[in-house]
Amino acid sequence: MTWQPKSAELLRRLQRSTPARIGVGRAGSRPTTAELLKLRLDHAAAVDAVYSEVPDELLADMGWFAVDTSSGDKETYLKRPDLGRKLTAEAEAVLRSRCAMRPQVQIVVSGGLSAQAIEANIRDIYPALLDSLRVLGLTWGTTFYVRNGRVACMDAIGELLWPEVMVLLIGERPGLASADSMSAYMGYNPRLGALESDRNVISNIHKRGTPPVEAGAHIGTVLQAMLDQRTSGTKLRI
Amino acid sequence: MKLKTTVRGRTYAFADTKELLAKANEEKSGDQLAGIAAADAAERAAAKLVLADMPLSALREQPVLPPVLPPELDEVSAVIDSGVDATIYAEIKHLTVGAMRERLLAESGGELLRLGRGMTSEMIAACAKLMSNLDLLRAARAIEVVARCNTTIGQRGVLSGRAQPNHPADDLRGIEASLFEALAYGIGDAVIGINPVIDTPESVRAILQMTRETMDRLAVPTQNCVLAHVTTQMRAIELGAPMDLIFQSLAGTQAGNAAFGIDKALLDEADAMIRERGAAAGPNRWYFETGQGSELSAEAHHGIDQLTLEARCYGLARHYKPFMVNTVVGFIGPEYLYDGKQVTRAGLEDHFMGKLHGLPMGVDVCYTNHMKADQNDMDNLAVLLGSAGVNFLIGVPLSDDCMLNYQSTSYHDIATVRELLGLRPAPEFERWLEARGLMENGALTGAAGDPTIFR
Repeated sequence: MTWQPKSAELLRRLQRSTPARIGVGRAGSRPTTAELLKLRLDHAAAVDAVYSEVPDELLADMGWFAVDTSSGDKETYLKRPDLGRKLTAEAEAVLRSRCAMRPQVQIVVSGGLSAQAIEANIRDIYPALLDSLRVLGLTWGTTFYVRNGRVACMDAIGELLWPEVMVLLIGERPGLASADSMSAYMGYNPRLGALESDRNVISNIHKRGTPPVEAGAHIGTVLQAMLDQRTSGTKLRI
Repeated sequence: MKLKTTVRGRTYAFADTKELLAKANEEKSGDQLAGIAAADAAERAAAKLVLADMPLSALREQPVLPPVLPPELDEVSAVIDSGVDATIYAEIKHLTVGAMRERLLAESGGELLRLGRGMTSEMIAACAKLMSNLDLLRAARAIEVVARCNTTIGQRGVLSGRAQPNHPADDLRGIEASLFEALAYGIGDAVIGINPVIDTPESVRAILQMTRETMDRLAVPTQNCVLAHVTTQMRAIELGAPMDLIFQSLAGTQAGNAAFGIDKALLDEADAMIRERGAAAGPNRWYFETGQGSELSAEAHHGIDQLTLEARCYGLARHYKPFMVNTVVGFIGPEYLYDGKQVTRAGLEDHFMGKLHGLPMGVDVCYTNHMKADQNDMDNLAVLLGSAGVNFLIGVPLSDDCMLNYQSTSYHDIATVRELLGLRPAPEFERWLEARGLMENGALTGAAGDPTIFR
């Protein structure tokens, strides 16, 4: 049984005014099969994104090594945000031996709540970010990948490597509309004890949100402002 | 008083009331994150045994055991303590928590509301900890809490819905389009309540004006609300916004409320303002939201478990005689409620505790995509709550909130729960639906579900 609105033209106009799932019709009081299954598909994509991991080939292509937070498995990662902010002792040792110390800019990449977001955007955003740093005359240290990281793992990393500024590219909590959205968190002199309000963020980076290439260039500008003003977060003027 | 028991040769001791209450909880990831949960199922059961034998008075005035958070140190505690009816309290204070559970399960509605007035939030939480899911449903179901703003909701046999037509950019036409869809399914009798993206008085006023115009044009008997921060809403009132309900999220501690940017003085000020300058007839003009885990998230939990803290939100809420209160049960994430089982349990606990506080209690049956839960879990919980007489559920288009990025119950879902359990919209709203040709004898007609009929 197909559903017919009183005015198909008006329905299209209403639907164009919002991304909400309206004008969807019904079977009795229940959704139509097509709409029900579309919702299931979108939820499945979001859940798969949460449990996704970045493929080894991507890390190899980018030339990055990976370290772990103390989260262990995905279930613990989801239940214990505090552990996702701490590095394992092994990770700390790896960073000490493999990373340049005291870089001007430290770039860190983490899957966060959607490794899929990294997979979808990193090949666009990373070169754009490096171009932007080159144009601004900034130098960067050794980029690496953090498995099961939370935003505040920036502080633990900052404590080890002493960068002037840091940017963390991290997968966002996936919504139904987009499972591949990432954020860039940035901070001046990130150390343990930093507050949320000490960081700046560009969120909603994906192909239908803030385009990754554009975001990469914008990150460079924000980092430059942090270096100029020697501060970040709510105090930063951009 | 000794908080100790020996079960099957093993002795369990609890240092204080706080520890006992925490360990007597059903398993929740938030209590584990706070490091206060029972170590295993046996310790959990032992804590319940000790709690069952504790007199209610020990949760308020025991000189040996300090209360979980004394009224001198916390204004939420002070509101709760001063709100207790002394006569009723004197009558029940000698009862143990276990005996009180039995009393709550044996009594009928009016008596339960009376008993609730003599209980602190900690006592109500303690009873919930001893109750099974079916206990929680049975006790809540017995309690009828009717509230009136422009219209009346909460009557026995009524299941109302909040229309939540959010838009990711607060586009007024987009919000209105989604509202049409809600009305077409018979949803919106509790409130037309929008979560704004832009927290400014001008924007809040614009949304309130649009909803008011639509309500007037279509003669919809309901109330409007924009869920901005309370201070923004107060400034919108000053700008002349036509506001029926004023909204705020609550926490169960003073420090938690400070993290939300509120305190009792501010709530009192907002209360006076909405009484004087609100658009609705009242007398109930507040809308509050709560949710297990918000205090821990703000590091304002004082080592108290999330169920007890949630009860304390209701203790604060009842001081303001609200029109509607709901827990946003699965919004905050898996570090507080991990999976469908924990969300279901929390939803039933919160609904029961709210009702026993005398609150017009609804539930936002919801989850985020990083929780181990799905739409089927929400279907189940919505039906359970419908059977327990929940005042209202939240309706979003096909359960997908395109602004807050979480999933709740849909316009369709509320219609189906009504159909399944023989529940009706609020009486005034049902008459309106009948006049619009959308409902007959409590059932949606063939014309229902079409948003284009309202333009």
